[in-house]
Amino acid sequence: MRKVFGDKVAVRDLSLEVPRGEIFGFLGPNGAGKSTSIKMLLGLAKPTSGEAFVLGKAAGDVEVRRRIGFLPENFRFYEWLTAAELLHLHGRLSGVPEIKLRDRVPEFIERVGLTAHREKRLQDFSKGMLQRIGLAQALIHEPDLIFLDEPTSGLDPMGRRLVRDIIRAQRDRGATVFLNSHLLSEIEITCDQVVFIREGEVVTSRDMREQEEEVRIEVRARKLTQECVAGLAKWGAAFKTDEERVTITTPSRDALPHLLRHLVAAGADVYEFTPQRMSLEELFLSIMGEDRGL
Amino acid sequence: MGTWIMAGVTFREAARKKILWTALIAGAGFLLVFGAGLHVQIEDFRTNAVPPFLRYQIVSAMLMVGLYTVDLLAVVMTTLTSVDTIAGEITSGTIQAIATKPLARWQILIGKWIGFSGMIAVYVGIMFGGTIAEGYWIGGVMAEHPVRGALLIFLECMVALSVSFLFGTWFSTLTNGVIVLGLLGLAFMGGWLEQMSGFTEGSRLATVGIVSSLLMPSEAIWRRAAFEMESPLAGSLQFSPFADVSVPNFNMIAYAVVYLLVALGIAVYNFYDRDL
Repeated sequence: MRKVFGDKVAVRDLSLEVPRGEIFGFLGPNGAGKSTSIKMLLGLAKPTSGEAFVLGKAAGDVEVRRRIGFLPENFRFYEWLTAAELLHLHGRLSGVPEIKLRDRVPEFIERVGLTAHREKRLQDFSKGMLQRIGLAQALIHEPDLIFLDEPTSGLDPMGRRLVRDIIRAQRDRGATVFLNSHLLSEIEITCDQVVFIREGEVVTSRDMREQEEEVRIEVRARKLTQECVAGLAKWGAAFKTDEERVTITTPSRDALPHLLRHLVAAGADVYEFTPQRMSLEELFLSIMGEDRGL
Repeated sequence: MGTWIMAGVTFREAARKKILWTALIAGAGFLLVFGAGLHVQIEDFRTNAVPPFLRYQIVSAMLMVGLYTVDLLAVVMTTLTSVDTIAGEITSGTIQAIATKPLARWQILIGKWIGFSGMIAVYVGIMFGGTIAEGYWIGGVMAEHPVRGALLIFLECMVALSVSFLFGTWFSTLTNGVIVLGLLGLAFMGGWLEQMSGFTEGSRLATVGIVSSLLMPSEAIWRRAAFEMESPLAGSLQFSPFADVSVPNFNMIAYAVVYLLVALGIAVYNFYDRDL
């Protein structure tokens, strides 16, 4: 898909496939075209060119929307409604029968931890409370696909954990979750798969289950010869940061004993051998590069 | 179904946000002043020997002024309450949570339109009915065709509502408000120019008025409503500013209905076609 506003290209050439039943992270710096892409997938914006299929039908199809939930970034709604009324309204708009809503409304209010505030008007809600009730409205009709745009912004750590648990529960019941968040630590512990986009194009994608295997090892040793460091390339990428330090990135933890044996066999005196898992933030920065300004 | 849910929530919004109640309280103030004025005038008639014919003319003219005020209040309230509903919700992003639900965009827009229509019908009904009732019970005069008059005033409000929806799908709330009030001002001026042309028999002035009415037919609808409500005698005597010297014919009312439908149709298309 491509989206152009005047002479500004918001999404250059987005091409991606999202597997069903997974939590899919959509990452990119500010202005990368994430929100515009989500809008096109939801039918809120029309692509300038290209097309998208959601749950087997063209993006924006009215019947498919019955099976989609959406939490917009900075969720806002009619402030004169109470939390219970908001869920009731969204349930009805999503086609949930009245009789089911009688049970579901209190159940979903409880699920997002707002039972004490169910009769309170939204105008008295904090940003975090609005995010919670916004999440509930996205889930009230038990959709097959859920788009969450920054669902944890404005939430305290307890709220984030609650949202994380809800997202996982949705996946466990078979739903697909399309998650756009700047909180990489959240993405890291929640998502099954992520894509990185920049200037409206997919730069790369990662399977987070494989990502857990990738290890970076910081080594401090004396007598590190050039031959010894070159020999490390057999298990991954290695480079010397100074006379006594070398960093090795290897795709599997299985390489750890081999690396250590190689160092010792090559005559190095090893003082430190510290395996570290590469954080998503480090990966993000390594892919996106330094901040180049907006 | 979705259309009626949107209509219901729009109507409830007016009640919850106290728009309707505030307007009705202000309207009650108007009815109080209007009733007091009528009462004082009737008392004056008792102390001063005013011929019955002149009494009738004065009270009829007061009733028409009262109904004209109701007309202005209804159109202004229609504009002020509706100007933000589409434009504001697009700007704030509120519309996104609705437009991703399984309902077509036309259902959202038409549902809101129906909701506002219901609210305006209540307002016009109470204000118009109150004024007519005061005219009858206090002043002893009755509009000639009150139902036709009420329906025409309601039609005028629907024209303003549709224009507000139309420009709300294009522009921000503020710009939309400026455009709709500007068009109402144009229609007001054009309507009075056309009325003046009737007194002076100036055909070029009438043309200016007609062109204004074609651009925005709201005031033309009021002049037809005034013609329907004023007694034939009072209208023909050219005593009041609402005298039937230049009355829009049925074609103008039909034009206003078509104008309303076209405005609403373009609004639906714009809303369907635009990014939210």
